[in-house]
Amino acid sequence: MSRKPYLREVPKFRWFFRHPRYLRYMAREVTCIFIGAYTVLVLVGIMRVAEGPAAYAAFLQALQTPASIAFHVLVLGFSAYHSITWFNLTPRALPIQIGERFVPDGVIAGAHYAAWLVLTLAVLILAGAF
Amino acid sequence: MSERQVELEVLRYNPETDSEPRFQRYSVSCREEWVVLDALNHVKETVDPTLSYRWSCHMAVCGSCGMMINGEPKLACKSFLRDHPGVIRVEPLAHFPIERDLVTVIDDFMAKLARVKPYLIPKQAKSVEEGEYLQTPAELKRYKQYTLCINCMLCYAACPEYGLIPKFIGPAAISMAHRYNQDSRDGGRAARQEEIAAGEGVWDCSFTGACSEVCPEHVDPASALQQVKIKSTVDWYKEHLMPWLKK
Repeated sequence: MSRKPYLREVPKFRWFFRHPRYLRYMAREVTCIFIGAYTVLVLVGIMRVAEGPAAYAAFLQALQTPASIAFHVLVLGFSAYHSITWFNLTPRALPIQIGERFVPDGVIAGAHYAAWLVLTLAVLILAGAF
Repeated sequence: MSERQVELEVLRYNPETDSEPRFQRYSVSCREEWVVLDALNHVKETVDPTLSYRWSCHMAVCGSCGMMINGEPKLACKSFLRDHPGVIRVEPLAHFPIERDLVTVIDDFMAKLARVKPYLIPKQAKSVEEGEYLQTPAELKRYKQYTLCINCMLCYAACPEYGLIPKFIGPAAISMAHRYNQDSRDGGRAARQEEIAAGEGVWDCSFTGACSEVCPEHVDPASALQQVKIKSTVDWYKEHLMPWLKK
């Protein structure tokens, strides 16, 4: 009896439509593009600061355009989704065992949310928002 | 006990006569409390004795009857007909070559499992006279969930990375390596790291998490892989930034 195994090829691009879990995964991964884009924007801002007050004022002016505000809202949404999905996964990557028990997932994820809140407040205070 | 006419659409492949797999429809009378495996056995006994598939225990312990049921990797012995109204499409586990009908070629997984040395490598070998390797309940708890793996390979069928990058060692084998690395009696971590801390090891994993969602034993292989990533990263920093720690 001869063997002739048959391998079914995995489609390179359509596989994530097979199940909602793969689409959720892709959604999480896609958020990094928006975070990357915002990082570029911040770098441009730093370059404008280096170029002098006039260049920085023009940069700030550009930030107030409707297109820029729409971009910021979009990036805020995607970065919140990015952070929330990753923070919710942290208990599985960083389990803490005390004696015979594991620290509850909510405590580990909660600690990340708390650190996020504290750092956000610190940035806002440094930026003079209050 | 109520009976129902069940329509099964089974992927058939005969390597001796077929150039590619094809679906075959079977209509059989089944009891409502049956599982898909019962329906397949019924087909084999009463309609088509040529239908090939693996099974053994019928109680979700042996891990033999993994197959795609309506596109989802499942154990046929744990998939109740009552949960699948309409036509039930049964295919061999995704990402594995098909040997015949629902039987897949599992050599790749077996070779990978062997590579990660899934057995206890004692820190210090003891003779039988010296007694057992003792362990506290807390030390057992550290790795216990990963011991529940039954090597059914559903996680490989769910893992998109394994489908796209067949060299990836994959969820079950790396979880098994992690299970022994976490064992207080074990001293084989360095040998296992050679395999699992490499590109084909954990770094091919992008934490889709599908492996953990489909695991019939509720093991969380994705968690094992992320923990290995963190520990391997710590290893790298220790080696490159704090070389004096190395003895």
